[in-house]
Amino acid sequence: MRMTSQIGRWSSALALTLALTLAPGAQAKKKEKDAEASREVPYASTYRAYPGRPTALVGATVYDGRGGRIDNGTVLFAEGKVVAVGASDLAIPEGYDRIDGTGKFVTPGVIDAHSHLGDYASPGVDANSDGNEATAPTTPDVWAEHSVWPQDPGFSRALANGGVTSLLILPGSANLMGGRSVMLKNVPAITVQQMKFPGAPYSLKMACGENPKRVYGSRGMKPSTRMGNFAVNRQTWIDAKAYMEGDHEKRDLAKETLEGVLKGEILVQNHCYRAEEMALVLDMAKEAGYRVTTFHHAVESYKIADMLREADVCSAVWADWYGFKMEAYDGIPENAALIAKEGACVVIHSDDQNGIQRLNQAAAKAQGAGRRMGIDIPDAQVISWFTYNAAKAAGISDQTGSLEEGKMADVVLWNGDPLSVYTRPEKVWIDGAMLFDATNPRMRPVSDFELGQPGEGDVK
Amino acid sequence: MSRILAFAASLAAIAAPLAASAQNLAVTNATLAKGDGSEPVEGATVLVQAGKVVAAGVGVAVPAGVETVDGTGKWVTPGIFAAVSDMGLWDVQAVGDSNDLSADKSPFNASLDVVPALNPANEHIAVSREGGVTRASVTPFPGNAIFAGQGALIDLGADAGLVDKPRAFQFVVLGEGGAREAGGSRMSAHVTLRNALREAKALAGASASAERASDALLTHADAMALAPVLSGEQALYVHVERASDIRAVLALKSEFPALKLVLIGASEGWMVANEIAASGVPVLTMPLRDLPEQFEVLGATQSNVGRMVQAGVKVGIGLFVGDNQPRRAAEQAGNLVALTKLPGATGLTWAQAFAAITSIPAEISGMGGKEGVLAPGAVGDVVIWDGDPLELSSAPEAVYIDGVKQPFDSHQARLRERYKDLDRTYLPKAYSW
Repeated sequence: MRMTSQIGRWSSALALTLALTLAPGAQAKKKEKDAEASREVPYASTYRAYPGRPTALVGATVYDGRGGRIDNGTVLFAEGKVVAVGASDLAIPEGYDRIDGTGKFVTPGVIDAHSHLGDYASPGVDANSDGNEATAPTTPDVWAEHSVWPQDPGFSRALANGGVTSLLILPGSANLMGGRSVMLKNVPAITVQQMKFPGAPYSLKMACGENPKRVYGSRGMKPSTRMGNFAVNRQTWIDAKAYMEGDHEKRDLAKETLEGVLKGEILVQNHCYRAEEMALVLDMAKEAGYRVTTFHHAVESYKIADMLREADVCSAVWADWYGFKMEAYDGIPENAALIAKEGACVVIHSDDQNGIQRLNQAAAKAQGAGRRMGIDIPDAQVISWFTYNAAKAAGISDQTGSLEEGKMADVVLWNGDPLSVYTRPEKVWIDGAMLFDATNPRMRPVSDFELGQPGEGDVK
Repeated sequence: MSRILAFAASLAAIAAPLAASAQNLAVTNATLAKGDGSEPVEGATVLVQAGKVVAAGVGVAVPAGVETVDGTGKWVTPGIFAAVSDMGLWDVQAVGDSNDLSADKSPFNASLDVVPALNPANEHIAVSREGGVTRASVTPFPGNAIFAGQGALIDLGADAGLVDKPRAFQFVVLGEGGAREAGGSRMSAHVTLRNALREAKALAGASASAERASDALLTHADAMALAPVLSGEQALYVHVERASDIRAVLALKSEFPALKLVLIGASEGWMVANEIAASGVPVLTMPLRDLPEQFEVLGATQSNVGRMVQAGVKVGIGLFVGDNQPRRAAEQAGNLVALTKLPGATGLTWAQAFAAITSIPAEISGMGGKEGVLAPGAVGDVVIWDGDPLELSSAPEAVYIDGVKQPFDSHQARLRERYKDLDRTYLPKAYSW
């Protein structure tokens, strides 16, 4: 839906340009043809689900990702979709592979709403540093997908150790407006298009606070202060609105992104640590006429959790990062629990090639910190912090993030309680295709980069 | 505030009352993990008197008059030893004024000493203490030379007496980091190291005003600082990751046999595990590295620790620097236990994993039998946990250092209390403290 209207606008702009150069008869025909052609999304997803077998996971504890828990449950999936989720008496249709999950756990695939895999790939050398177009304070024209190196070994580690089936790749936070995100399915691929999550909306990555003012201030440029951050942002939105109301005769990639945000077609992922800055950003969004979907690294959300609930904004947080920069000085391990207590949306994110391998563990830590201060959040709800809520934060919760009939069969079978340190994914399915199996050394992807080098194919 | 007033205030802070003296303490009926590599036992007692462990085990009698904590349903352990940390050296990493981690514009390197920079009131020490960390080694990091300077052993007690052993080791970086510091190549790093040790040798036993050869590269202070390294009185911690770099470090012993080496990092240690074991050189490492984040760690795997231990290497968990917080030692150890359930992976048993964050790093740091262990004569560092200390849901309920009960009142703890509810009906939050 979101994409269609965006494409519609581009196609009419294109048709207008052509109209000036063609004879009337040919013009109409050409117009029609171009409109049709440009309905295709640029750099469109060529992802196709890999073949899977109809599968019944039985006997495991099932968390559905939306707060539901079934002991000794059954999960059925076939042709890439979840067919049914139920108790042990759920009938298993003929032709299904039966996998015994006794003593194990099943969750939806893990989703990271904040990753730079592929854009800041391993090895982390300058030549692979493609995550920040740090050449101007706003770069809404750049798209993270154009930097993704699918051979980043980080993807396979996130799959094998973290059960990550989808991840939102964001541009970095050097800029106030860093560019467009890309949502990926965590499948080994040669091209980024083969990983692109079909139908996922774009997001605009924004950053408030220390990073933009430091990066540009150190160059003697605007912004060098937090007020400079807001001034540049506000003027950029005002200009975008003028563009939106204009004739679109000349394409402007940056303004196209901003127009998408103003029309509600592109989500906003806003890196923002401190409480008062988040509140100011919400007012800026009101002034400019857009909506913030998620605050990332929101270490001070606990101070304004009620406000965030009212604004219906998710907080994507770490369990316990703090103190590494001034705006992280008030980070506390109870943040997630305090946000949840107020009924606001909690997402556990990584922003890290190592942390993405343990989002489940981060969630468990955050739960423990809450429990010790008297906030008891059931395990089933904690699971949603790195499944359904992450999907919601990235705008794909209608397709994945929970085990519900008709949704993508993105599934993890864990060899124990996913909130325990002693547990790892045993099998991971993406759209019903088994893409990782800890019990089978061949079912572990090895990127081109790793071939023939020390550690190739190791358990990692 | 005027300079004089500021000075007076700092004097007042120094004069603030020190923590209470050591208590006699018993924890009874708890699950006991001694930290020495033995399996946990239930229904155990830990007895601390005059700041030292007197007994730890099943069937220990508690003398009359000793304050007793009922450990039913709880775990009791020694405190965690956080090896190679940067605790107390910075408040906010990104705020240079608060950060004493490295001295990249200093003319000195090997002679740098962390002791005067260490701040016992540092928040990271308080937060780590609340996470069950009671002892640590603290190291400077290299600024503009392969030598970072001399690290200290500390305790995390909430008092002014931070340093247990000053100048406990010298830290040098080789590998990619050393190459960068030494002018762009591993070749240069090795010549720089050897040359420095030879300069130290030339000065060994000489007075501070001794004449030196005209081609000396080190400052007098740096050359003098390396004398105890050369003699093996002071350990030499060497940061390397790649298998070939590890071999090159082990080879140093043929030229400088007295060196007391400790390998730091060693992500590819599993590839040369037998050679490390044969050398007797211990390793302090980050256990969860599994990405080829640099070319020198192409072989990184979480099975590194398990494989080295199997080969007979003494391996502790360490390198708690920057965002790798010391209080995460326990979950890192727990992750190594997780590997024992994964086909093809090599992990540690629970007891081995717990030793890797307690007695083993203490032994490697020269505190074997004294720290990181609940055994008679060891320091009275006792942590009472609400569950399995390696599990994510668990946390310390009480921490004792040298038998003294520690406060739980860090900046984080106070923020948590202030914001446990968002009631704004009465006075602003600024009044709730």
